[in-house]
Amino acid sequence: MATTTITPSAAAAPRRRRVSRVRRRAALGWAYASPTGVFVVVFFILPVVLVGQMSVSDWGLFAGNKGINAPDNFTAAFAAAHFWPAIVFTLKYTVVTTVILLGLALALALLVQESNRWKNLLRTAILVPSALGLASASLLFYALYSPQSGPINPWLQSLGVVTEPISFLGTATSALWSTVFLIVWRFAGFYMLLLMVGLQGISGDVYEAARIDGAGRWQTFTRITLPLLRPSLALCTILCITGSLLAFDQFFILTKGGPDNTTITIVQLIYSAAFAGRNNLGLAAALSVIVLAALLLINLVQFRGLRGKDS
Amino acid sequence: MTAMQPTTTPKPTTSEDARRRVSPFRPLVRTPYYVLTGGLAIIFLFPLVWAAVASVSPQGGTNQANGWGFGNYVTLANYQSGVVAYIGNSLIISSLTVVFTLAISLLGGYAFARFSFPGKNLLFMVTLAILMVPYATLLIPLYVLLNKLGLQGSLVGLACVLTMFQLPFATFMMRISFEAVPKELEESALVDGCGTFSALVRILVPAVKPGLITVGLFAFLAAWNDFIAPLILISDSTKVPLPLAVANMRQQVMGIVDYGATQAGVVVLALPCVILFLLLQRHYVRGFMSGALKG
Repeated sequence: MATTTITPSAAAAPRRRRVSRVRRRAALGWAYASPTGVFVVVFFILPVVLVGQMSVSDWGLFAGNKGINAPDNFTAAFAAAHFWPAIVFTLKYTVVTTVILLGLALALALLVQESNRWKNLLRTAILVPSALGLASASLLFYALYSPQSGPINPWLQSLGVVTEPISFLGTATSALWSTVFLIVWRFAGFYMLLLMVGLQGISGDVYEAARIDGAGRWQTFTRITLPLLRPSLALCTILCITGSLLAFDQFFILTKGGPDNTTITIVQLIYSAAFAGRNNLGLAAALSVIVLAALLLINLVQFRGLRGKDS
Repeated sequence: MTAMQPTTTPKPTTSEDARRRVSPFRPLVRTPYYVLTGGLAIIFLFPLVWAAVASVSPQGGTNQANGWGFGNYVTLANYQSGVVAYIGNSLIISSLTVVFTLAISLLGGYAFARFSFPGKNLLFMVTLAILMVPYATLLIPLYVLLNKLGLQGSLVGLACVLTMFQLPFATFMMRISFEAVPKELEESALVDGCGTFSALVRILVPAVKPGLITVGLFAFLAAWNDFIAPLILISDSTKVPLPLAVANMRQQVMGIVDYGATQAGVVVLALPCVILFLLLQRHYVRGFMSGALKG
């Protein structure tokens, strides 16, 4: 941490000069921090305030602000046709994704944590999809899953595994699992890397002690690795839950909310309230505030749970 | 964060013992391992390789119906304003975001690491709080705000928004980068009559270069790949970045999707990211090691 730096010459100088020097340093500090301050205020604090104001106002996409109408936007949000199905679907998607993704990421992290040439190659192969954008990855799987150009059905058919082509995005269940596979493919490396950092933070001495005490592999894993990895696992869980609750790109590109509106997520609801047809920014802002409050609550509970068990 | 060892061998003796014991059967024991892990590597690489191969292979319903070639890339190149225009938009957005992020986090990181001023901790905490507020929920008010600032539908406005979302990671990363540099390095320059700004440019920038590369790489990948921010903030179809253009391209002909052109688009989108990632993998991994993601 940087406190005021006082060079030897300044320390010897009279107090008044030192005070003015401290003031000068403070002014300089503000000058260097001012771009950060301007950006944070204009593009973060103002929007947060504005979303609150919009959520209680009659605010059309083209008509603009027509004054306070609280609590109409919130009543409309809870009454919106797809509101509850979207919440149920988003929660279901979040649970499925988080469980599979973190389980796999932990297995991968344990598999490749030691460093040798083969494992480094493996690590790179698993990490490469993380460099892709979620939208690019979704477009890629859109083609991969398509009945016309996808390679998977022809293979399965020639192997005799299936007789009829599988429709990857055709039913509600298959669309969910196809999307989960895409997300696992795209993010497994990311979470693997986070967990590897956690694993490397565990001292070798602890494992040595466990070995001397005669602990087996499974015991070492459940009694030592897992508890000591808790902070990293908690971070991954928070990131994964937040990311999944805000899912948008993958469903927007792969399913457009279909089939039969079974894969609409909350953020898609916000988008369509504001732009696709309804043009109601007030309603979209109210939905945003609901999501914001829910996420803050969920993260708070997670942080609490974490700290409670640690102490 | 403590310095990371590239290798951790939690139980060196056990594994060595085990290896010595099973050594005659080692190939037998190791083969399933290589099959399993090799299969894993193939699963992760297959979609990328498939997209690249399929984009140049013959396919019905595309511009590359017979024989191998770059017909799908021709479709892509001639789509509406032409792929070059969309790549141009993406490049403008990405480079502005990288420049803004680097400039702001360099100065901000310097201020947070080396100066003390009233409101310092508050500003730092608020910057990190950007992480707590979900991206998508801020885009609706940002749409209204950019209109008021006269930045509606502009690439500069979009770059500012993307920069803001990079600030928590970038500021944290640059702060710890500056804090890792010994103070004596710049103090001698300051005593020699050098101003704080020239000390920053001449002495500290070279010292924090690895941090800058990591911040720049993350900013580039985020800006090049972002989808929902331009979807909401850019309405003029000639100004959209590449991901949006490729996604829109699918809906041009009612009911019929040109998968060949989509695959070509995915390749153009993915190639710069994959190349940058492979070249700068070390710096990418450092972003995780720094603990900045734990902020």
